[in-house]
Amino acid sequence: MISNPKFVTCEPSLSTVCRKPVRSASLAASPVIVPIRQVECTTPKIHLQEVSLSYQTDSGSHLLALDRIDLDVRPGEFLCIVGPSGCGKSTLLHLIAGLQKPTSGRIAMDGERVTSPGTDRILIFQEHGLFPWLTVEQNVEFGMKMKGLSKSERRDRTRHYLRLVHLSQFKDSRPHQLSGGMRQRVALARALATEPDVLLMDEPFAALDAQTRDMLHDELEKIWAETGRTIVFVTHNVREAVRLGDRVALMSFRPGRVKKEFVVDLPRPRHLEEVEVARTAREILDHLRDEINKSLEAEYGHEQRI
Amino acid sequence: MAMNNVFNDAGVPSTVESRVIGVHTNGSQPFRLPWRFTPGKGIIRKITNQVIFYSVLLGLWALLAKLRIWPPYLFPAPWAVAGALWAGVQDHSFLIGIAVTMKRMLIGYSLSVVLGMILGLGVASNKFLEETLGALLVSLQSLPSICWVPLAILWFGLTEKAILFVVLMGCILSVTIAMEDGRKQMPKIYTMAGRNLGAAGFRLFWYVMLPASLPYIVSGLKQGWAFGWRSLIQAEMIFLTIGLGQLLMMGRDLNDMNQVIAVMLMIIGLGYLVNRLVFRTIERTLQSRWGLAPNA
Repeated sequence: MISNPKFVTCEPSLSTVCRKPVRSASLAASPVIVPIRQVECTTPKIHLQEVSLSYQTDSGSHLLALDRIDLDVRPGEFLCIVGPSGCGKSTLLHLIAGLQKPTSGRIAMDGERVTSPGTDRILIFQEHGLFPWLTVEQNVEFGMKMKGLSKSERRDRTRHYLRLVHLSQFKDSRPHQLSGGMRQRVALARALATEPDVLLMDEPFAALDAQTRDMLHDELEKIWAETGRTIVFVTHNVREAVRLGDRVALMSFRPGRVKKEFVVDLPRPRHLEEVEVARTAREILDHLRDEINKSLEAEYGHEQRI
Repeated sequence: MAMNNVFNDAGVPSTVESRVIGVHTNGSQPFRLPWRFTPGKGIIRKITNQVIFYSVLLGLWALLAKLRIWPPYLFPAPWAVAGALWAGVQDHSFLIGIAVTMKRMLIGYSLSVVLGMILGLGVASNKFLEETLGALLVSLQSLPSICWVPLAILWFGLTEKAILFVVLMGCILSVTIAMEDGRKQMPKIYTMAGRNLGAAGFRLFWYVMLPASLPYIVSGLKQGWAFGWRSLIQAEMIFLTIGLGQLLMMGRDLNDMNQVIAVMLMIIGLGYLVNRLVFRTIERTLQSRWGLAPNA
């Protein structure tokens, strides 16, 4: 049972239809039900079918990094992908972003085959994704400039999205003058400013301290609720995945496969320290353990076991 | 077994947590601009040292000239050289020489930078070119550019083109090799981010790859300028068209040691000025923009 495509695409299972209402974080005091994303049986936003990727290693042998991955992401969904390091999570995002080509299989976005990078899918890197030779403002403008937007529109949008991530007064700073958390917020603003349908996030908070990460989780959840973007979020932190995702896909280690999927049916906004989050994370972690063992063995030899 | 060792409470493999620490430190002073000029004790001390050093050097020169160990037509006094310099400026011959030489240098250098970058990019991104042309470029760099003079004269005659050709051969290899290295050393993530944000083709090169590789190629650009500058002066000495090299040779022909040394001083001074004003500024700007530590 590698994955359950019936559930992923259309089946109006209880968990997808009766999603708990999302409280708008700005009105956190008075719980208001915000009608979000209607779950319909339309074409998936992103559709991966039998996607495989193999590398040729230096010694000449072939390494199967991704093995026949089937995955669908619904419009407006927050999908988290977890797996041990080296399982090909990041590679999977690069494939969806169009930065790399799969060896075989089909990747489609809104039913159309992905062949090259496009500004409808923006990738946020773990770190160092900002251009150090540009100011914060110029970084945010970059994607819009490539799209050919007018100067005034670029300025308006930049102002809007910098305000969204609370960095308006840092618009003239250079990336190296900001803290890690601020830099990731700039990267988020830069991605959002091109108004993509899909945000692809590659362990964006892994290099941050716990407090900053907590704060960015809140901000990201809020922005997601407000903008209705589809998000594919890669992490190796299971708790983070449960904290953020509507659904968590668990990847296996070498070859990378989608081993199991979990629907996270917890009310939002969530918190990393909540008992339910921890319990769900524990449950997923039990399934992840074998894969982590495999990855540790590959890294340290056969001595280390959990 | 040792669950605690591998995971912390958040379910993160502990290697990650160790990476988390230490990243945050350099962001503590977001507003401090590193290029703000504050004359401190260090600068005053440096200037004092320099003034003393050059005064002693000049005094020694004056003393030796005053002692007349060697005849003045072989070892001129500093004031005689200064006089020659002043005379040269007065009759505009030095100014014209400087202008002509600098013009040649600018044309030759710009040409080398453009061609060198294209060549370097080609070599860096094409395996075939790297294995063939790349090796040739490195071996060509061992050839002093003055060796191109006979060939240049036969091809172009005693013309401006021939001089530019020699300058080009002096500069271009440094620029090419620097661009090739820069392209390879440049973090791949910038190209990925650029493509991801919709840059492709020439715009990817212009807006992403070029600025991203600049810190890696700036030393090569500097070296290219130095090589080109030497090639030019050498070529001018042989070609005997107007320029600093020709003024130098004219000094020799007229047995005018004052002019020889005056022109030499101008060549040194110009080289220093360009290095100081152009390349130091570029390096400083890059350092402050990228947040690189200034290599003192």
